[in-house]
Amino acid sequence: MRRPRNIKFPEKILQKIKPVFIQGGRLSFLQSTFEAFESFLLVPGRVTKKGSHIRDCNDLKRVMIVVVVALIPSLLFGMYNTGWQHYTAMGTQAAQVDFFRVFWYGFLKVLPLLIVSYGVGLGIEFAIAQIRRQEVNEGYLVTGMLIPLIVPVTIPLWMLAVAVAFAVLIGKEIFGGTGMNIWNPALLARAFLFFSYPGYMTGDTIWVDGVSGATPLAQLAEATTPLAQVTNTLTQAAESTSWLGRMAESVGLTEVFSHITEVFASLSQAGTIPGLPSWTDMFLGFVPGSVGETSVLCILLGAAILLFTGVASWKVMLSCVAGASLMALAGNIPIHYHLVMGGFTFGCVFMATDPVTGPQTETGKWIFGFLIGLLTILIRLFNPGYPEGMMLAVLLMNTFAPLIDHAVVAANVRRRKKRIAAHG
Amino acid sequence: MRTTYKLKKGLNIPLKGYAAMCSYLNETGTLYEIKPTDFHHITPKLLVREGDAVLAGSPVFCDKSYPQMVCTSPVSGTISSIVRKEKRRLAGIRIVPDNKEEKVTFAVVSPESLDQEKIKELLLASGCWMWITRRPYGTPARPTEQPLHIYISCFDTAPLAPNYDYAFADEEEALKMGLRVMERLCPGRVHLGLSDKTSVHSVFRRLTARKHIFSGPHPAGNPGVQIHHVCPAGKDRVVWTLTPLGLTVIGRLFLYGTYDTTRQVAVTGPALEKTGYVTCQAGTAIASFTQFPRKQGVEIRAISGNPLTGDSVGEEGFLGFHHQQVTFLSEGYHRELLGWARPLRFHRFSAARTYLTFLSPLLGKTAQFNLDTNTNGGQRAFVITRDYQKVVPMDIFVSLLVKAALAKNVEKMENLGIYEVLPEDLALCEFICPSKIEIQDTLKQGIELMIKEMQ
Repeated sequence: MRRPRNIKFPEKILQKIKPVFIQGGRLSFLQSTFEAFESFLLVPGRVTKKGSHIRDCNDLKRVMIVVVVALIPSLLFGMYNTGWQHYTAMGTQAAQVDFFRVFWYGFLKVLPLLIVSYGVGLGIEFAIAQIRRQEVNEGYLVTGMLIPLIVPVTIPLWMLAVAVAFAVLIGKEIFGGTGMNIWNPALLARAFLFFSYPGYMTGDTIWVDGVSGATPLAQLAEATTPLAQVTNTLTQAAESTSWLGRMAESVGLTEVFSHITEVFASLSQAGTIPGLPSWTDMFLGFVPGSVGETSVLCILLGAAILLFTGVASWKVMLSCVAGASLMALAGNIPIHYHLVMGGFTFGCVFMATDPVTGPQTETGKWIFGFLIGLLTILIRLFNPGYPEGMMLAVLLMNTFAPLIDHAVVAANVRRRKKRIAAHG
Repeated sequence: MRTTYKLKKGLNIPLKGYAAMCSYLNETGTLYEIKPTDFHHITPKLLVREGDAVLAGSPVFCDKSYPQMVCTSPVSGTISSIVRKEKRRLAGIRIVPDNKEEKVTFAVVSPESLDQEKIKELLLASGCWMWITRRPYGTPARPTEQPLHIYISCFDTAPLAPNYDYAFADEEEALKMGLRVMERLCPGRVHLGLSDKTSVHSVFRRLTARKHIFSGPHPAGNPGVQIHHVCPAGKDRVVWTLTPLGLTVIGRLFLYGTYDTTRQVAVTGPALEKTGYVTCQAGTAIASFTQFPRKQGVEIRAISGNPLTGDSVGEEGFLGFHHQQVTFLSEGYHRELLGWARPLRFHRFSAARTYLTFLSPLLGKTAQFNLDTNTNGGQRAFVITRDYQKVVPMDIFVSLLVKAALAKNVEKMENLGIYEVLPEDLALCEFICPSKIEIQDTLKQGIELMIKEMQ
């Protein structure tokens, strides 16, 4: 066995200060926190007691850090894009501004989100671990990164803090912590913001960070997310033709479909959709939107890491796209636009594949992913009030994941009974 | 009749320290121990006292619910001490051998001349009965029941497992006789599981029974996995399993009229300077394996059995009743700086792709690893449950079954297949689990609950 190098120094220090933190020590109320940092720094020297004497060197810390690494391209681009949108909104050609100045602007805007998310979230996690006298769970490493990436950069920090606290406490710890939660905590934070402070989460004016001072947002009424634009058009169309009114008269679905088709037919011209940024811009991510969701390219980089390392399930991702493609046939926006708009890809890669809140069975994963894709587009097409279907689709399917599993397991039980009976 | 099964799921852990094909004779040991804990889910009742003289084949303890089921001494000598653990639980019976090798003699008869009851009586009286394991639950077979099938897996795929072709090369006669006995107990339904890698010259190829060929990584060699595909066990479907060693012990009883647990034990592990096979009895002291020098400067864990399912017995411990392998691992007390965050850790093995260890052989680094007993992380709740399925070649939802066992839900366990698995079949799940959950122990408790509830 190769002796790990540089081990002496940190180990010595930790040994020295440890007595202060263990039970009876002056700072024993920080025991969990100390242990978290200790195991963060040095792999615990614990050995197996029961069962298998040897263990794989893969642990939850490693799994989580891989997801965090997969999120980094999106984060970095999110920072750059924040700056880009800012300069574009100011009327400057962002391309003319120094790359680093653009990035630096966004960096300074996004960094506070990260600090608040990790600070509040980990603070709560450490406190609860201490109350339970357990080790701190590393699940929040990922959640804490996800939350800043799925909110608008303009979100007030106190709101973010409240949302994080809600997600960690109500979304996770109430159920027993990482691994026991029913809903994806990051999405729960977003849903919390979405329904509590809709003014900050939807609409035309919130996605680009303003200049500074007194008139941050008002100047930017032009800047909108692609989805909001679609929604606006839809809403206008609906108003003008009293589309909603007609639906209330219990019209058949076909009629609704044909109406949607009409609306979009007017929008769509030879491959490009007026009112929307170009497909390439949306794919690369130079559009307004939540910090991490805009660049499909960067998300795909992350997806490649997740799939290569086997952390996320390709079945969920694939079936999610399949479900979306099927549903997209009902509307007039082609699927390749749906895939690059809004949070679809981000949700599909990082949210739907959450191993805790998704189904445990492989067959279940196909169904789960498919329905998420389908519901996302369904919500986008038929509910102009909520342009972003991904969040609600994932949360809804999280709720149904145990039911899907139940059905798959019931089928498995029947199959096994049959098989045993066949053996006579 | 021969059938072939290609199993894809599973994992061969590339551990250093396979036993070299070189046999040594164990010099007569100075102390032996019979451990009732080697038999799962029985309540032992002591039949000897300290100071009693025993012969090889004399009963030392029996099962409380079936007193005719006795475990007999592998050597002749004197009972030196009775080892008890917490709540006076009987943990071991130590025997100092007298080196005279006196044996209880049983009648030498051909199995065909006896009826089933007579064979059972002979097996019970000689202690050979304890070599038969029953499924479900993995307890010793019950004398009152008739099995649907008898299954013998003729290869072991566990990490560093002994090569059965080598270890049983001289046991053809005993194996054949053992099979004849089994054939009498369960006519026409005795199965042999062979590996596609079993040598054409192997003694197992020359045995006659229903043969099934299995290919694939560990746990393809586990009888549980093979039975799952060939003749699944169930609530009312009792299947008996034997190891080839059990078959030889039974064969020797009918050939020579003695109880003889002699076996070739693979002495293996990355913490040894030299490995090999040694010929010895059940309950031999680990300390007597002096031919195999341990590595210096590291704390060593001695395991009777393989590294996935064996018992940590320590250097002062003894070889398990069924075990044909002893593994020496170094204890993993070391602490690695930011180990989990290092991009590459070529000297550590991971089946997951999160560490790029699968690149190791490609980059000319080691393809065999020196695994130690470090847990490589703290215990957490279930998070990544999908990976378990990749190492279990059975139609069973591992994470759901283990959760049902945790929740003590008997009906769910039953539906999810508790009858078909033993902890050893899910040992690999425990190995790869990133949450470091003690799956084998949980399952064992689940099985205990099932036994209690089903009585």
